[in-house]
Amino acid sequence: MIATHYVYWAFFALMLIGLYVVISHGNLLKKLIGLSLFQVGVFLFYISLGKRYGGSASIISEDVRAYSHPLPQVLILTAIVVGVATLAVGLALAVRIFEAYGTVEEDEITDDDSTGPDGADSDSTGAKGTGSLHKTDRHGSGS
Amino acid sequence: MTTFVLIHSVLLAILIATAVAITRMRALYGATMLAALFSLVTACLFVLLDAVDVAFTEAAVGVGISTVLLLGGLALTRSREAVTPRRRRLPGAVVVLLTGGVLAYAALDLPEFGSADSPVQRHPITETYLHESQKDIGIPNTVTSVLASYRGLDTLGELVVVFTAGLAVLSLLGPLARPEQVRPPADFHLADYRVIRVVTGTLMPLILLFALYVLFHGDYGPGGGFQAGVIFASGFVLYGLVFGLDKAQQVVPRAALWLLISLGLLVYVGLGLTTMLLGGSFLDYDVLDPDHPASGQHLGILVVETAIGVTVASVMTAIFFSFAARGVSR
Amino acid sequence: MTQLPVLQVTIPLACAPLCVLVRSRTAAWLVFLAAALFSLTCAALLTEQVADDGPVRYRMGGWPVPAGIEFVVGDFSTPILLLVSLSAAAAAVYGHRSVAAEMDARRSTLLYACLCLTLAGLLGLTVTGDVFNAFVFLEISSLATYTLIAMGRRRRALLAAFRYLVIGSVGAVFVLIGIGLAYAVTGTLNMADLAQRLSDSGGNRAVQAAVVFVFVGLAIKMALFPLHAWLPAAYAEAPSVVSTFIAAASTKVAIYVLCRFAFTVFGASLVFHSMPGDRIGLLLAAVAMLVASAAACLQNDLRYLLAWSSIAQIGYIMAGVALATTAGLSAAYLHIMAHAVTKAALFGTAGLLLIRLGSVQLSALAGIGRRMPWTFAAFVVAGLGLIGVPPTAGFVSKWALVAALVERDQWLVLGALLASSLLAVFYVGRVVEIAWFREPPEGAEPVRPATSMVAAVWFLALLSLYFGIDPTLPDRLADAAASALLGTGGG
Repeated sequence: MIATHYVYWAFFALMLIGLYVVISHGNLLKKLIGLSLFQVGVFLFYISLGKRYGGSASIISEDVRAYSHPLPQVLILTAIVVGVATLAVGLALAVRIFEAYGTVEEDEITDDDSTGPDGADSDSTGAKGTGSLHKTDRHGSGS
Repeated sequence: MTTFVLIHSVLLAILIATAVAITRMRALYGATMLAALFSLVTACLFVLLDAVDVAFTEAAVGVGISTVLLLGGLALTRSREAVTPRRRRLPGAVVVLLTGGVLAYAALDLPEFGSADSPVQRHPITETYLHESQKDIGIPNTVTSVLASYRGLDTLGELVVVFTAGLAVLSLLGPLARPEQVRPPADFHLADYRVIRVVTGTLMPLILLFALYVLFHGDYGPGGGFQAGVIFASGFVLYGLVFGLDKAQQVVPRAALWLLISLGLLVYVGLGLTTMLLGGSFLDYDVLDPDHPASGQHLGILVVETAIGVTVASVMTAIFFSFAARGVSR
Repeated sequence: MTQLPVLQVTIPLACAPLCVLVRSRTAAWLVFLAAALFSLTCAALLTEQVADDGPVRYRMGGWPVPAGIEFVVGDFSTPILLLVSLSAAAAAVYGHRSVAAEMDARRSTLLYACLCLTLAGLLGLTVTGDVFNAFVFLEISSLATYTLIAMGRRRRALLAAFRYLVIGSVGAVFVLIGIGLAYAVTGTLNMADLAQRLSDSGGNRAVQAAVVFVFVGLAIKMALFPLHAWLPAAYAEAPSVVSTFIAAASTKVAIYVLCRFAFTVFGASLVFHSMPGDRIGLLLAAVAMLVASAAACLQNDLRYLLAWSSIAQIGYIMAGVALATTAGLSAAYLHIMAHAVTKAALFGTAGLLLIRLGSVQLSALAGIGRRMPWTFAAFVVAGLGLIGVPPTAGFVSKWALVAALVERDQWLVLGALLASSLLAVFYVGRVVEIAWFREPPEGAEPVRPATSMVAAVWFLALLSLYFGIDPTLPDRLADAAASALLGTGGG
C-alpha cells in the first residue's frame, strides 16, 4: 500500500494544505494563494493517473516502447489555464476591495460593512439617482 | 525505478515543506516568492511524470504569470497578513479532516501508481490516442492532437475562460473603471540603467522568436499556442517593466489589444463554423482538405494553436497593463 | 446530422467577442438579444426533435466516442435548455433600459458580453455528454457570473463576487477531484461510457468518494443548505438584469447537472441504495426549506429576502430529486420551471423598484403599490406563485411535490414543506402590506417605469399564471424528463 500509493497521499496532503489556507485565512490574497496550492495538488493527482513506469513523454518516436497517457495531461493543461484565469479575476477583485474598504482582511471588511455607512461603491459611475446611503442597513449575508 | 522513487520522494518532500512554509508566512511578498518556487518544483515533478507540456505550462504560468499578477496585486494592496485569529482555525480544520477522510477512503481503491495495467492504460482510447492518431492526424506530439483535435471543444472552452478573465480584469481595473486619469509622476525608470536597457533590448527579439518557435513546434515537441501566448506576453511585460507603461502602450495600443483579444476567439469559433459549412461536424478538420484528411488536421491544428496564441498573449498583456496602470493612477 | 446542439452553444459564445467589438451599448444589447432568441429557437426545435425521434447525439470533430467529446440532448435536457434560453431572452428585453439606468455605456458592452458567456456556459453544461467538458463549461459560466456580480453598484458587490469566486472555485475543484477519481477507476470521461463501466462497481470506495466530491461540489454551485453562504449577497448585490437572469437559470442548471450525474453517470442504485443519497438529500432539503424561509422573514432588504427565499426553493427541488422516483423527479422539474419563471419576475420587479427608489429597503417601499400599481401587481402575482397559491405554476409544482412525498410516506419533509410555505405567506405578505397599506411619503408623485422592463416582468408573471391554469406543456416536459433520467440510469 505504502509503496504503490505514496504518491497519492502526498498529493492529497498538498490539496488539504491549500484547502485549509482557503478556509482559515482571512487575508484575501492568501486565500487565492491557498486556492492555487489546492488546485496544484489536484493537477498532480491527475497527471499521476496517466504515469506509467518505464514510460516516456507521449511524443511518438521510433525508439520508445511505452508512453504515459496523454489524456490527463490535456485535461490539466486546460485546468491550469482555468486556474490562472480565476487567480487573475480574484486578484483584480481584491485590488478593488482594497480601494473600497481600505483593507484586504475579511474580518475587518465584515466589521466595516456592518458598522460603517454603506456607501455606494466609489468607483461605480453612472447610476443616476440610485446612490442612496442606508445608514441602518442590516445586511443579510449568510456568514 | 529506485532512482525515480528517490527523486520523486525528495521533490514531494520539498513541495510539502514549501506549502507549509507558505501557509505560515505572513509576509506576502515572501509567500509569493515561495509560491513561485512551489510552481517550479511542481514543474520538475511534471517532467518526472512524463508530462512535458504540462511542465512547460506550469513553468510559464505558475512561475511567470501568476507571480507577476500576485506581485501586482500586492503592490496595490497590503503586503502583510494579519494574524489569523484562533476562532478561524476550527472550520478549516473540520473541512480539511472531512475532505481528507474521504480522500483517504478513496485511496484504498485507487489503482496502483505507475502500473501499466490500470484502467486508464487499459481503456481502448489509449490505443486511439497513441497509435491511431498517427494515422488519422499524423503529428508526433499526441498531447497536441488530443488537445486541438480530439478534445478541441475543451480547448475552445479554455480559451473562452481566458477571454472571460480578460473581460473581468478590464471591467474591474481597466480604464473604464478608473475614477479619474492621474498622470504618472516622473519616477525613475529601470531604463536608466544601461545594463538592464541593453539586456532587455537584446532579449526582446529572442523572446518573441522563441514564442513563435514554441507555437509552431508544438506538433513535434512540447509547446503550443498557450505556452507561446504566455511567452509572448512575458516579452511585453518585460518591456513594460523596463521602459515604462507609456512606451509599452505605444508598442501595443489598447485598441489593438481589444481587437486581438476578440480576434483569436472569433477565429477559433469561425473555424468550427467553417468546418460545419463544409459538411463536417464542429471542429472536424478532415473536411478542410477532403482528399488528405491528415493535412486538413494539420491545417486545423495550426489555425487553432495560432488563435490560442493570439488571444492568450493579448489577454495576458492586457491584464498586466491593467494592474500596472492602476498603480500609476493612484 | 443535425447541427442544432452545437449551434445552440457556439452562437452565444461567438456573440461575446462581438459584443466587445461593437463598442456601442445598443449594438451590444442587440447582439445579446439575438443570441438569446437564437438559442431559444434552437431549444424549441430540439425539444420537438427529441420528443419525436429520441435523444440527439452530436460528435465533436467527427471523432468516435469516447475518444472525442459528444453533446447529448435528451428529454432530460430540453426543459432546461428552454428555461435557460427563455430567461435569457426575458432578461435581454428587461436589460436594455435597466442597464442603461445602472451603468455607463462602455462597461455595458462588457456586461452584455459576460451575459452571452454565461448563457453559452449554462447551455453547454446542459447539453454536454462529457464530464470534463462539463467542468469547463461550469467554469465559463461561473467566471462570467463572478464578473457580472462585481458590476453591482455598491462596494458590497465586490465582496460578494470575491466570496462567490473563492467558494465557487473550491466547489469546481471538488467536482474536478470527483471526476478524477471516477476517471482513475474507469479510464474514460464520456458519461455514457462511464455509466456502463461504473454499473458493476458498487463496492468500489474510490467511486463512492467520487460521488461525494461531485455532489458536494455541485451542492456548492446550487447553494444547497448548508453550502449556501455565497448566494444571498451575490444575488442581492448584482445588477438587476444579472440577478433576474442568474436567479432564474444558474442554480437550476447546477441541480440539473447533479441529476445528470446521479442518474445517468453514477446510477441511482449506487447513489440512492448503496449510499445514503436519498436520506441525506431529504434531510438537507427539509432543513433548507425551514432555515432559509425563516431567514427570509428576517430580512429588511427586498433583494436579500428574495435571495433567501431562493435557497428555500432549492430545498423543494432537492426534495423531489432525492426521492429518486418518477413522481419526485417530475415534481422537481416542474418546480425548477415554475420557480425560475417566478423568481425572475420577482427580481425583475425588485430591479424596477430599485431604479425608481434608489433602495429596496422594505421601509422605503411604503405605499409603492399605489404609486406603481402595474409594476407591483406583477410582484403580487409572482409572489402568489412563490407561495404556491392556485392558479399559478407554483401551485402545480408544489402539489406534485406533495403528492410525490405522500407516495413515499415522507411526512416529516412534507411538514417542513408546509411550514416553509406558511413562512413564505408571511414574508411575501409583509412586503405587500408595506407596499400597499402604508402611507407613501409626502409629495411623492406617481412614477412611470420603462415599458420594456414592465413588459418583461409581466410576461414572466403571466407565464407563471398560464402554466398554473394549463400545465399540459410543463407536465409533458417534466414527465418525459423524469422517465428519461430513470430509464438510462445504471441501475
